[in-house]
Amino acid sequence: MEFLSPSTLEEALEAKSALPEAVPIMGGTDVMVELNFDRRRPPALIDLTRIPELAEFGPEDGRIRLGAGVSYTKVIEHLSGRAPALAKASRSVASPQIRNRGTVGGNLGGASPAGESHPPLLATDATVELASVRGRRRVPAREFYLSLRTTARREDELITAVLLPEPSGPQQFAKIGTRNAMVIAVTSFSLALDSERRTVGTGLGSAGPTPLRAEAAEEFLSEEFDWEGGTSPSESVVRRFGELVAAAARPIDDQRGSAEYRRHALSVMARRALSWSVTDYRKGVTRCA
Amino acid sequence: MRVSFNVNGEDVTADDVWPGESLLYVLRERLGLPGSKNACEQGECGSCTVYFDDVTACSCMIAAGQAQGRRVRTVEGLSQGRGAERELSTVQEAFVEAGAVQCGFCTPGLVVQTDDLLERTVGAGLPAPDDAQIREALAGNLCRCTGYEKIIEAVHLAAGRRSGGGA
Repeated sequence: MEFLSPSTLEEALEAKSALPEAVPIMGGTDVMVELNFDRRRPPALIDLTRIPELAEFGPEDGRIRLGAGVSYTKVIEHLSGRAPALAKASRSVASPQIRNRGTVGGNLGGASPAGESHPPLLATDATVELASVRGRRRVPAREFYLSLRTTARREDELITAVLLPEPSGPQQFAKIGTRNAMVIAVTSFSLALDSERRTVGTGLGSAGPTPLRAEAAEEFLSEEFDWEGGTSPSESVVRRFGELVAAAARPIDDQRGSAEYRRHALSVMARRALSWSVTDYRKGVTRCA
Repeated sequence: MRVSFNVNGEDVTADDVWPGESLLYVLRERLGLPGSKNACEQGECGSCTVYFDDVTACSCMIAAGQAQGRRVRTVEGLSQGRGAERELSTVQEAFVEAGAVQCGFCTPGLVVQTDDLLERTVGAGLPAPDDAQIREALAGNLCRCTGYEKIIEAVHLAAGRRSGGGA
């Protein structure tokens, strides 16, 4: 096994192109587990921690460009206002030590359906930036997850950044687990209300082979919601929204929970996230009035 | 491969390092620093917590090569002096006094993580952490003897002393 330490993105892309089976490593919170337990012996590791561009974040054309190597801790500290759903999800990741090292880019690379980043990226219509020696391209998060742990990333590509739209309404994230910390989600849910476009975004974690959206629930709520005044939706609307979110799930029975429990939990989280969001939305409406 | 970095203020070099090896393995097996403990090797237990460039991390999840040129501080680097002259840090002293040690295996990780919590709170001029903050900061450190109450007492004791509220 080789250990490659590129200091520029160009060098890293050349290495990945020459040896597509090489595994990129950033925080190591997934990759090192596989090495420690002898589950994986790639021909090479490409250490991405020495590439400054990947660790940067800041505004870009009305969005936030978040380098693939920015730690969850930094997302929490610096982006709670500009990327509320992703920051909330980041807060629920594992422990402080893991949040200090783990990254959104790594979450996208592994593409576990339980990854905390995915539901917020889906709900907020974020974009994933990929690069290879052939150039850079951008893929909407909503088209990124293809099948179990398989994404739109091609063999010779590295994930370089995610682009997060400026929030224009409340964003929420909720997660069910056996304790508050150090827990892989039994299931998770993210909701984003976009008051400008009057659209609703959702993201479901640990609810199927890939992170999922509940498109019927999004359409239903965007039509039913009082975008002008932000009045609380009727109980039947809230209930229907929860049912539509649960219906979009394709969960399995496993050691963390049954498919039936996951569907139930998703409908409960969806209703809660909606109620928190409506409260936030009204605060926004009052501020503008 | 050869890996050189700074550990506890000293420049060190390890040879014949396998590229998939963890920093924890290098510390324990190649550099004679067994303070950081090896338990879960998957970031679940926090026993191998070290400072890595001033940020705490599980050293089992850092590839050895990622440490090249970096600054590492282990539990051995918290006390001052050597041998019989060694003086424990405020946090270590508090763990001893509060009886926050049972089998002792998780203690080094807890001590490093507590040191970081106090650095970022009382050390930065902020109030001493409350129970909720302590539990949050130590959520990634497992004590299988389950002596958490004494550990939390020890953190309060150390925080009081570090902010000047005690001996």
